[in-house]
Amino acid sequence: MNRRLPITLLLLAAAPLSLWFALSQGSLNIATAELWRALLGGHDNATAYLVIHELRLPRALSAFAVGGLLALSGALLQVLLRNPLADPYVLGISGGAAVATLLSMLAGLGSGWLRGNAFLGAMLSMLIVFGLSRAGAAWTQNRLLLTGVVVAAGWGAVISLILAVAPSAQVQGMLFWLIGDLSYASQPGVAITALVIGLAVSLWLARPLNLLMRGENVAATLGENPARLRLIIYLLASLLTAMAVTLAGSIGFVGLIIPHILRLAGGSDHRFLLPASVLFGGGFLTVADTLARSGAAPMQLPVGVLTALLGVPVFLFLLARTR
Amino acid sequence: MLRTDRLTLRIADRNLCNRLDVGFNEGENWVILGANGSGKTTLLHALAGLREPDQGGVLLDDVPVRDIPHRQRARRLGVLFQDFESAFPATVLETVLTGRYPRLERWQWESAEDYRAAEAALEAVELTGFVQRPLITLSGGERRRVEIAALLTQDAPICLLDEPTNHLDLRHQIRMLEMLASRAHRPGHLNIIVLHDVNLAARFGTHGILLFDDGECLHGPLSDMLSRPNLERLYHCRLREIHDDGARWYLPD
Repeated sequence: MNRRLPITLLLLAAAPLSLWFALSQGSLNIATAELWRALLGGHDNATAYLVIHELRLPRALSAFAVGGLLALSGALLQVLLRNPLADPYVLGISGGAAVATLLSMLAGLGSGWLRGNAFLGAMLSMLIVFGLSRAGAAWTQNRLLLTGVVVAAGWGAVISLILAVAPSAQVQGMLFWLIGDLSYASQPGVAITALVIGLAVSLWLARPLNLLMRGENVAATLGENPARLRLIIYLLASLLTAMAVTLAGSIGFVGLIIPHILRLAGGSDHRFLLPASVLFGGGFLTVADTLARSGAAPMQLPVGVLTALLGVPVFLFLLARTR
Repeated sequence: MLRTDRLTLRIADRNLCNRLDVGFNEGENWVILGANGSGKTTLLHALAGLREPDQGGVLLDDVPVRDIPHRQRARRLGVLFQDFESAFPATVLETVLTGRYPRLERWQWESAEDYRAAEAALEAVELTGFVQRPLITLSGGERRRVEIAALLTQDAPICLLDEPTNHLDLRHQIRMLEMLASRAHRPGHLNIIVLHDVNLAARFGTHGILLFDDGECLHGPLSDMLSRPNLERLYHCRLREIHDDGARWYLPD
């Protein structure tokens, strides 16, 4: 009857397992005991220590943080826009970040600049969509959605233009960024902090979000200020998306599919849905990224391809089984 | 409890009501009648504080209703809307429990008392046993009664209802209006109901507002409002008046 508790416990157990899986896989074979010692700070095997602490751990934590951010942002935006097809990128946040990143790549800037500019691009896009959708008439979710979709389409055109004129040596790097890639995600600290703060704020919004599912008027008559609520959700979801995109490019499907799978499995109560999305999204992306970098080694696949390849059939299977 | 102060509402330059002064008092069961597009829902939303009046205002306990914090207002006044949204799956119980929102702190989970209130409300709308049903499996009339149960769970003394009998079969139309009327007659309680059925209005209402589409409105005790000339002018159609057992019934001719 109530499957929320077992699902949450299962996800809580699966999250560290996914990280463990990420730490144990790679071209250098490290035995379990050695992995433990290296992880806890033992220097007796210097190579293992370096591989774990400099390569695998930051990347695994980055993957977990990005997956959690995207799933959380997707869950929030789906309710905000009252549209099950919404994902973190539907309002053009990733488009703005992509254009800024690709232009920085064209200009030959270093990876620190790429990050900063990606974040600026995301913020710029957030402000444009927000400003345009508020201009004039009342701020309805359909207006916001349409504005976002059109702005995203505009960014898409600019992205195509950049790809068309970029020197071919740079195009592959650009494509990896667009598909979503964690190869350069070596500093997960900011993203993890953002995830923790984002989850805390989201939990504070969980019950109002439950009201919002019944419509804005219902939320207003049950004691929420819908205009304020909408604004907070929009800003929060945009910031979460911006953080994720800045670190890993636009990894697809996590933000769309993870919240849906959890709704199908455990219902729409946001006090369950939001933390479960963080755990499931984080674990899912950690496993997907590990497979992407070690599955076809020495070739490294962009993880965005894998999330789609894994996510689409799982989601279709669940959808076919319910109802 | 609730009153309008020179309330003027307009939609696209058309006056729906002009400098309306009505006082709604406890124990009264008001009905709002009018043709399609005459502004019944707009008036109800203005009374609920959801819509800014074009002029004048609405006072709840002598305070402008739009100045009252949402949460505080939700403990005094609840609304049943004309239609509902369901983009995401939810169960009957989850939906009905949202009515407890204004009575719970932000981090508080629903207690046994809240569950009891929800179950009592489901019993009142004859949906006992539907607790865990997903909303999408319900019929239109059952779904309507879930919304009514959520309103009952909110337990606000003032209830504004927009066509509560939508989608309901004959028996449930009577049952729901009976239940709502007996609620309104309790001390400190008040209903304002938008209805399309004149005969149900006559049977359960105590007072009425007639919204004519030229912007004029009549209001007062329902027995003074309901007459064939008034209703024919209201609905732009010829009516037949039938007297039976001391009651009057109106049927379109």
